Amino acid sequence: MPMLEVKNLHVEIEGKKILNGLDLAVNSGQVHAIMGPNGSGKSTLAYVLAGRKDYEVTEGEVLLEGENVLEMEPDERAAKGLFLAFQYPMEIPGVATMTFLRTALNAQRKARGEAELTTPQFMKRVREVAQRLHIDQEMLRRGVNVGFSGGEKKRNEILQMAMLEPRLCVMDETDSGLDIDALRVVADGVNALRAPDRAMIVITHYQRLLNYIVPDVVHVLSKGRVVKTGGKELALELEAHGYAEYRDAAA
Amino acid sequence: MSAEIRQMRTAAEQGLLDTFGAVKDKLPGGGKVAAARSAAFRRFEAQGLPHRRVEEWKYTDLRALMRDAKPLARPPEAGAKTRARGAGQVLADVDCRRIVFVDGTLVPELSELADLEAGLSIRSTARALAEGDPGVVERLGRTVQVDDNIAVALNTAFMGDGAVIHVASGVRIARPLHLVFVAGDAPSAAFTRSLVVVDKAACAMIVETHEGLPDSDYQVNTALELVVDDEAHVDHVKITTEGANALHVSTLMAAVGARARFNAFTFNAGGAVVRNQLFVQLNGEGTLAGIRGATLVKGREHVDTTLVADHAVGGCQNRPIFKSVLDGESRAVFQGKIIVRPRAQKTDAKMASHALLLSENAEADNKPELEIFADDVQCGHGATTGALDQELLFYLRARGIPAKEAEALLIQAFVGEAIEGIEHAGLREALIEATERWLSARA
Repeated sequence: MPMLEVKNLHVEIEGKKILNGLDLAVNSGQVHAIMGPNGSGKSTLAYVLAGRKDYEVTEGEVLLEGENVLEMEPDERAAKGLFLAFQYPMEIPGVATMTFLRTALNAQRKARGEAELTTPQFMKRVREVAQRLHIDQEMLRRGVNVGFSGGEKKRNEILQMAMLEPRLCVMDETDSGLDIDALRVVADGVNALRAPDRAMIVITHYQRLLNYIVPDVVHVLSKGRVVKTGGKELALELEAHGYAEYRDAAA
Repeated sequence: MSAEIRQMRTAAEQGLLDTFGAVKDKLPGGGKVAAARSAAFRRFEAQGLPHRRVEEWKYTDLRALMRDAKPLARPPEAGAKTRARGAGQVLADVDCRRIVFVDGTLVPELSELADLEAGLSIRSTARALAEGDPGVVERLGRTVQVDDNIAVALNTAFMGDGAVIHVASGVRIARPLHLVFVAGDAPSAAFTRSLVVVDKAACAMIVETHEGLPDSDYQVNTALELVVDDEAHVDHVKITTEGANALHVSTLMAAVGARARFNAFTFNAGGAVVRNQLFVQLNGEGTLAGIRGATLVKGREHVDTTLVADHAVGGCQNRPIFKSVLDGESRAVFQGKIIVRPRAQKTDAKMASHALLLSENAEADNKPELEIFADDVQCGHGATTGALDQELLFYLRARGIPAKEAEALLIQAFVGEAIEGIEHAGLREALIEATERWLSARA
């Protein structure tokens, strides 16, 4: 059974069709890249997986390890192991990153019937992960993402991902706004999380990120559906020729 | 022939008239005090209770909200005193000197009036008035001129007991003084008046808590005059968690000297109708003032915070910040006026008032006012009213935090911005916990 199965997914926002019968299957241990031109539905897919309200699913299903995700609240999905790294991480003044992480981690553990982490256990893990991502301890005491640069926000997303240890990681344009050094740090952080019992979906415009996070499968999205699936070489092909030949493929 | 136009007296107004007639000769203090009471009462008699056509009371129509006048509270009985032992729990984890008032009367056996730090004195207002203590008699009512305020006039007319506290020059009182005000279960009205004088370069923290039984029907009119001398450092925190039927009117009148530090925090989380008036007069240069507050309202509660910060001289910094969280059909009012007198050059005053609506039926009224008569100042205000940010909620929920918990976290953060300004860590913790309790009662 695949980790994630998306079948014939149709999604609208305010009456406008965005996803048009999208099919996708991602197996455990794999990294899938989803590429496509602007407006092809990449971010919509990410938000629908995470459970954002404004989208209306008119047809199709989404199964996470065989369970229907579409009937779950966003927090239930997270507790089941689904994680979305946001393209634009939010700033939360007054809620320290440390508090936020701990609340999230313990809420998920509670939902799964696991014991909450003790303060020393939690602190030890945060320190390890933060160090690996070059995140200063001082930043963790500040409000979530408040006053962070674009790169710091993205690293903070990966920090959360590493702390929450999801089964399925969805990364929405995690490379946008990153310089090459920041990109390496983020990619190293992601690669460290690759595991046989975990699947990843990397959504990106550009092939650049895929030099660092090498995918097993690449999908091309156009007009709300997958129009081509291939190996990592497909990304290079897209980089060379652009999306022109796929723009009409879905029509 | 002359036609006299008189407004009809409301039941509450008539009740106050009857009560004053009956009790005025029994209230503590003779001569000057009695004259001050009568003069204040005559102002009430002439104007009646303030109503919505009186600008300062536009959003809190006391004439309409005060249905009746309760009889004056009697000295507490043993049962009420026993219950009062458990009062002031909000500060259970903070080591304070407790001074307990039940139904407006000081209860010495529940208070720590012995072993006072050198330079600290604490007395009963009623006794000081009865004995005609000139230090109290001459001083009361002179801290800040608010004669036209009817709530203060009624307090002066009926004032019973309270605390008279003096901190001598240069003395630092490390342990907060906790004035615990508890209402008993009989329907009654308590009028307390306190006077706190902190002399030059002295340091003290005054905390007031006001509470009562959830279903008891009572009225409170409490006033505190606070004199902060030059270079003194005074923190005042007032925590109001009155019962669901209570009418609570309070007034802080503070006169602050030069190069002083003055912080005031008003925390509201209970009471049917609450009006907090803060009159702060900055009379000396180079003072840092931190006037803040947080109001949590639910059901049909109505809480009004009215601030007048008057900069008589220049070079003071004053950054008021007030937050309200409203649920149900509640109403929160913030009126903040900053006056900068012609001599108050280099004043740095910025006022912020923010309301968070958790319900479509709640109403927040924000009225910031600046009256600036000096030309070299930095003054401003910001007022906002809004709902919880859905995008932020989604972000928190996408991390596995359930909806109610995510909301609570955001509300806590919103209120926290004001609470963070409290210098005393124990008080800060106590108010964060009080906010948590309010939030969990909501869920």
